[in-house]
Amino acid sequence: MSSGLAASFLISRSAGRRKRLAGLLGHAALFLTASSSALAILFIFYYIFRDALPFFRQRGLREFLFSTAWYPSSPEPAFGALAIFYGSGLVTAGAVLFAVPLGVSAAICLSDTLPFRARQMVKPVIEILAAIPSVAFGFLALVVLAPHLQQHGGTMLAVVAGVLGLPVAALGTWVASDLCTTRWTGRTRQVLRGVAVLVLGAIALLALYHGVSFLKALQIASGTNALNVALVLGIMALPTIVSVSEDALQAVGRELREGAYALGATRAETMLFVVIPAARSGIAAAIILGIMRAIGETMVVWMASGNAAQIPTPWYNLLQPVRTLTATIAGDMGEADHVTGSARYHVLFAMALCLVVISYTLNLVSEHFVRRGGRVGRR
Amino acid sequence: MKSRWMIAVVGAAMMVASVSASPRAGAQSPAAGTSAETKAKIVIDGSTTVGPLAKAFAEYYMSNNPGVNITVSESGSGNGAKSLVNGVCDVATLSRFMKPEEFKAAADKGLLPVAHVIAFDGIAIVVHPANPLSGLTLEQVRDIYLGKITNWKQLGGPDQDIIAISRDSNSGTYETFEQMVMDKQKIAPRIEYVGSNGAIRQRVQSTPAAIGYVGFGFLDRTVKALPVNDVHPDQQSVLSGRYPIARPLFMFTNGYPALGSHVQQFVTLYLSPKGQEIVESIGFVPLTKY
Repeated sequence: MSSGLAASFLISRSAGRRKRLAGLLGHAALFLTASSSALAILFIFYYIFRDALPFFRQRGLREFLFSTAWYPSSPEPAFGALAIFYGSGLVTAGAVLFAVPLGVSAAICLSDTLPFRARQMVKPVIEILAAIPSVAFGFLALVVLAPHLQQHGGTMLAVVAGVLGLPVAALGTWVASDLCTTRWTGRTRQVLRGVAVLVLGAIALLALYHGVSFLKALQIASGTNALNVALVLGIMALPTIVSVSEDALQAVGRELREGAYALGATRAETMLFVVIPAARSGIAAAIILGIMRAIGETMVVWMASGNAAQIPTPWYNLLQPVRTLTATIAGDMGEADHVTGSARYHVLFAMALCLVVISYTLNLVSEHFVRRGGRVGRR
Repeated sequence: MKSRWMIAVVGAAMMVASVSASPRAGAQSPAAGTSAETKAKIVIDGSTTVGPLAKAFAEYYMSNNPGVNITVSESGSGNGAKSLVNGVCDVATLSRFMKPEEFKAAADKGLLPVAHVIAFDGIAIVVHPANPLSGLTLEQVRDIYLGKITNWKQLGGPDQDIIAISRDSNSGTYETFEQMVMDKQKIAPRIEYVGSNGAIRQRVQSTPAAIGYVGFGFLDRTVKALPVNDVHPDQQSVLSGRYPIARPLFMFTNGYPALGSHVQQFVTLYLSPKGQEIVESIGFVPLTKY
């Protein structure tokens, strides 16, 4: 009896050891795979930094950050990247201006107004946008959008502004008139709201008309410009913005919405004052992810931004060609690669370092927002 | 242990490679061994302008002569000349003639560089077919790219801002343009850059106010090539030296390669009909007319 017990005890002990060993091995394997991506990032940081450093040693920071003279291949090279930083910022800002209102309102529409079945169909379609390769977008920008912008750019802009502006104006009028008549109830409110819709609608239409006719008169000399790229980058950033902010809006939960309705809030009030504020950190994260998508995009800007290393005049002029960091790295690497060791090669890594730092910072910020958003959702 | 073995094997392979890369190896007669170990090798180094042509030649030559291995590097004309002088390449590709000091360095080492003109690089100034201009001078082209002339009106055309388009600074075409047109002055920042000859043509044919430059091989009816200094850009005017934006492209060998050797066949490939076709497809002007 006792020996049998001892034997079974022994077996179970060795089995336990084996089990523990297997567990350890499994853990180690999983840890390795998990840490490999972190390691890859560390390596990327290290190698970019290592190749960027010689540039700053050779040429210093001053010219790089404050000069706009970009002549890397000249006998007396100049490496002023200010205009290039500005170009990156300009197209990204343009893309954000275009994509954020559109994306966030699409997300609100998806999560709060469309019926469930329609959402099931629309969301995958929007997400397909993310699956289109960027070179296809670049081709679209260069071969389709650029000539069209040149030939009838003003009309196109006017139509786009009209198509986008009309629903926005209608919705804005509706919501605004709804909000400014909350003090009244019943029949009076309906009448007042009707009046407000008429008045505000007329104002909005007038403003829209002026805007559209201004745009229609515009002449676009070169179709490969900041606007073209900003539009296409905006379209590319849309799926990210829509799906992340839609998730954030969904995470707000039924309780808050029902609570708002129970307190007598209208649908517009619920959305504007309850749902969106509750989801704002998630929406902010979506916007930042969209910015990252736009700032890191290379192929489209290289093909369609015109790549002129200049700060447009006036500074907000989206209709002039610009050059971005990513396009400069992609475009200049081929030649610079062969003369390894020169400033012309290392300046590209200095740019890459700046890009990595920018997107890493943005990532941290969005992470921060996502974490805060998660806490709000749970509460 | 195993990894050390690998390193040893790779190292040995590299040594074999570098030994067979010596100038003489390439000059072996075609009959000499086509087996894997004694595969004849031609090492080519030099100009980024000539690089694509050398690569296309190499591809064609290797597909016809499976026993030959040709490597093409593009490290610039200066480096190509240096490699030839140092004996690390069999053929140096140059987009200019050798400089006297390079010749001297070669002579000091007992080498005799021999030039083979394999093609001409001619650059055509192109505008939209609707552009009424019938020609430009070299100075006018330069002033456009310097940003001194910004409107077609200044040249007798319509009142439109000029959209000047350039190749990216990576390309040999850009290098040629910079050298032959810009006269060491810097291209204005407002000039647009695109990544290929085809992209320039695409931009010019779709932009009425555009001006650009492409290699001769990329001319077609969708764009209008302007005469420069009253000389129409074609094969005749380039080969006769009258067209101002053209230069010969060279391959240099050490001495004239032995007749019938792979190197000799390679550097005379441009004389064959297929060679002419390759030269044209890369966008250069061939010396032959079949």
